Amino acid sequence: MDSQHFLQEFSVGIIFALIASGFSYTHLSTRGLRNLSPRRIGWAIAYVPVFLWAMIKANLDVAYRVLHPKRPIKPGIVRIRTHLKNPVGKLALANSITLTPGTMTMQIVDDKYYIHWIYVRSEDEEEAGKDIKGSFEKYLKEVFD
Amino acid sequence: MNWIDLSLSILGYIFIGIGSFFLLLASIGLLRMPDVYNRMQTATKATTLGALSVLFGVGLLNLHWMPKSMVIALFILLTAPVGASALARASYKSGIALWKGSVVDKYKEEKEEE
Repeated sequence: MDSQHFLQEFSVGIIFALIASGFSYTHLSTRGLRNLSPRRIGWAIAYVPVFLWAMIKANLDVAYRVLHPKRPIKPGIVRIRTHLKNPVGKLALANSITLTPGTMTMQIVDDKYYIHWIYVRSEDEEEAGKDIKGSFEKYLKEVFD
Repeated sequence: MNWIDLSLSILGYIFIGIGSFFLLLASIGLLRMPDVYNRMQTATKATTLGALSVLFGVGLLNLHWMPKSMVIALFILLTAPVGASALARASYKSGIALWKGSVVDKYKEEKEEE
């Protein structure tokens, strides 16, 4: 497919997607157009490099644990709490936690997250929360709450 | 023009190489980790970045593919962690025990409250 053809299809797709969402956004989102305020979008864009950097660190961490001959792991399931209220925000935080160093979200119950941690540094809710959430929560709070 | 093409394809192959390395790590992790939860950890993290890196490299090799490969990357990024959580929770609920070296299990308390 040549590039002009592609561009045509792409822009027609965008136009139809905009029309469809113009008709349906009031039914499909809880806050409507307030989701698109410049402040939220700004924080969302600022979140991307923070997240990518954490993901690269996570992979170096995995590489270290997999390749180290002694296999330095100390796994366990800890509980942390979040201040986020919005369900989509909670989902975003859970996904971010899963993709960052040594942690994987197992379940969210109200404001409690149950997290499998490959190297438990603290069993205390507060301390573990600080360590696991890092700066994510601050960004996601601005984007979603 | 040729110079740009050449450097783009070199960069693309570098990204594909890095991606394959992480995918290899993920499979070594699957073999080395002691229980299902630790295996999920290495498998989700390393395969996500590995797949993203391979897709980005493919996009650099042929720039027409870049938008499509980025859309695929976005979907992998959104779905891989959800899948991992669901699998981990399902294994827990079907009674697979944590590895004997595990230090803490707060999730058990929650299950007892239910």
